[in-house]
Amino acid sequence: MIDEKAITEFIYREAELLDTMQWQDWLDLFHPEGRYWMPLEWQQQDPVLQPSLMYEDLLLLKVRVERLAGERTFSQKPKSRCHHLLQAPRIVACDPEAGVVKTRTSYIYTETRGDNLERYSGWASHDLLEVGGAIKIKLKRVDLVNFDAPFGNIQLFM
Amino acid sequence: MNKYGGNAEAIAALVREAEVHRDVYVDPEVFELEMEHLFPNGWIYVGHASQLAKPGDFITATIGRQPVMASRHTDGSIHVFYNRCPHKGVKIASEPCGNTGKFFRCPYHAWSFKTDGSLLAIPLKKGYEGAGFGDTQANEGLSKVRNVVIYRDFIFARLSASGVSFEDYFGESLSTIDNMVDRSPEGKLAVMATPIRYMHTCNWKMLVENQTDTCHPMVAHESSAGTAVKVWKREQGDSTETPMAVQLYGPFMSPYEFYEQSGIRIWPNGHGHTGVANSIHSNYQDVPGYLDQMVAAYGEQRAHEILGEVRHNTVYFPNIMVKGAVQILRNFIPVAVDKTLVESWVYRLVAAPDKLYERALMYNRFINAPTSIVGHDDLEMYERAQEGLKSNGNQWVNLRRLYDGHEEQDVTAVINGTSERQMRNQFHAWAKFMTMDMDKRVEAAE
Ligand code: FES
Ligand SMILES: [Fe+2]
Repeated sequence: MIDEKAITEFIYREAELLDTMQWQDWLDLFHPEGRYWMPLEWQQQDPVLQPSLMYEDLLLLKVRVERLAGERTFSQKPKSRCHHLLQAPRIVACDPEAGVVKTRTSYIYTETRGDNLERYSGWASHDLLEVGGAIKIKLKRVDLVNFDAPFGNIQLFM
Repeated sequence: MNKYGGNAEAIAALVREAEVHRDVYVDPEVFELEMEHLFPNGWIYVGHASQLAKPGDFITATIGRQPVMASRHTDGSIHVFYNRCPHKGVKIASEPCGNTGKFFRCPYHAWSFKTDGSLLAIPLKKGYEGAGFGDTQANEGLSKVRNVVIYRDFIFARLSASGVSFEDYFGESLSTIDNMVDRSPEGKLAVMATPIRYMHTCNWKMLVENQTDTCHPMVAHESSAGTAVKVWKREQGDSTETPMAVQLYGPFMSPYEFYEQSGIRIWPNGHGHTGVANSIHSNYQDVPGYLDQMVAAYGEQRAHEILGEVRHNTVYFPNIMVKGAVQILRNFIPVAVDKTLVESWVYRLVAAPDKLYERALMYNRFINAPTSIVGHDDLEMYERAQEGLKSNGNQWVNLRRLYDGHEEQDVTAVINGTSERQMRNQFHAWAKFMTMDMDKRVEAAE
C-alpha cells in the first residue's frame, strides 16, 4: 500500500535518476500509457489541440534517451548534465484505490553543457498510479514559470 | 570600423557567383547595414489578419530590429505603424497582442491615438499653443508604415518609401501561401495560439539557408529522425499503423535520390522552395472526412490539385519560411549578428478536421521547439558554424553544389533538389536589396 511517504520518496527518486543520468531506470518509472508534458500556455488544459513544448509517450521518450547516447548525436558532444532542486512535494490528492494520486512539486532546474549553464523554474505535477505495488507515472506535467520565453536548447528532462 | 557602410562595391564583393564571404554572417557592421538597408527594402511579414479580428485588436512585431505594430481600426481597416510614441519614443504596446478599446493611450504622458494611428488628444493641450507643434511629425500621431499589403490575410510591410512593389517582389512565389490557404475548405486560416519561440545563437541567414539545404537531413538528423525510425522498428511489434509521430520523423531520413528528384524551384528576388514533385510531407496518412470536405468545397479536380501540391519549405526572402502542407510559418527575426529569435506559427485550416491541426501542432513541437530533438541537431550546426567562421584559414563559404559555371539571376526555374542554387539565389537578392539604395547615400555624403 503506498502512502504519502512512499509518494514523496518516489518524486525525489525520479529527480535523482535524472540527475545521475540513469535514463533507462527513469523510463521504467512510467506507466506504459504514461506521458511527459510541457505546456506552452498558462494553465493549459489541452495537450493536443493547444501548442505544447513537449507531449510525448513512452515511444518518443525512448527515442530521446537513445538519441542522447548516439554516436552521431553531435548536440551531445560534449554531453549535457542536469540538476534538480526540489521543494517538498505537496500531495494534492491521494486515493490509490481509486487510482488517483496527484502531487505538485516546485523546482529549480539547471541544465549545463560545456561552458553554458541555464536555469529554469517551475512546477512539476505528477499523476501517479499503483501497479502491482509499484508507483508508476501516468502523467508528468512540467509548467515553466516563463513557458512563453524563447529558450535555447533544452535537451534533458525537467 | 567602417569598411562596408555606404560602400556598395564592398558589399557586392562579399557575394561571388557560388561563394559568400564569412563577413555576411559574422561582421557586426554588415548586420547593422542589413538593418538599415536590407530589411527596410524588403517586404516583411508582420502578422495574420485573424489576429486582428475585432476593432481595437493589435499585434506587435519587428521589422529588422524596428518595433512596429498593426491594429484593426473602427472602420475594419488594418493599419501598420511604428510602435513608438511621437512624444518621447515610448513603446505604445508592450505585449504581443491585445485589444486597446477605442484608442491607444501612451502610458507616459497620456497622449492618445485613434486605432488608425492618428493623434486623438494631448492632456493640457494649451501648453502647445504657439509652440509650432502643428509643424512637427508628432502632430501626425503614430508614424505610419505606408507600404502595407494584406495578401490572403497575410500582412506584409515595406518600410522604405520607394522600392519594389509587392507584386513584383513576390511574383509567383505567392502560390505557396495560396496553396496553404486553399487547403481550408473555406479558404481561410486562423491563428489560434502563440508561436513556439526558440533562441538561436547564430546569424539569421544560416537558418534561412538551411530551409532549402536538402543534403543535411539524412546526416545531421540521423541522431533524431534516424533514432525515431530505429526505435519504432524495434518496438512496433505487430501494430499495423504507423503512429503520426513516426510519420512525421521518418521522411527526414529519405536518401539523397529522394531529394534530388523532388526538386527545387527558384523565383526572382531570392524566393524559392524545395519539394516540387513531392516532398517529405507527401505520405502522411489521410485524415478521414477531409477529402470529402475539399471536394464539396472546390469540386473533384480542383480539390485534388490543391492537395496534390505538397511543397516542402518555401523561403520568402528575406526571413520567413512557409510550409503549406502543414500550415506552419517560421519567422527568423534578427536580434544581433550572432543571435536570432525564431518564432514558429501554426495556422488552423478553418472548417477542416481537428486532426490536421493536431498534426501541424505536433510537427511544430517536433521540429521547431527548444525542446525539439531535430531542432537540437540543427542549432548545433549553426552554432558550430558561427564559431568556425571566425577562423581566418578560409574566409569563404562554399555554395557550389550543382553550379554549372554560369547562372542567370532573378529567373524562375526548376532544378535538381540537391542544388545549392536557392542559397545562391538568396545571396544574389541579398546583395541587390542591400545596395539598391546605398549608392545614393554615397553621393549624398560626398
Ligand atoms: S512619451 Fe508618450 S505621451 Fe509622452
Ligand atoms: Fe535540419
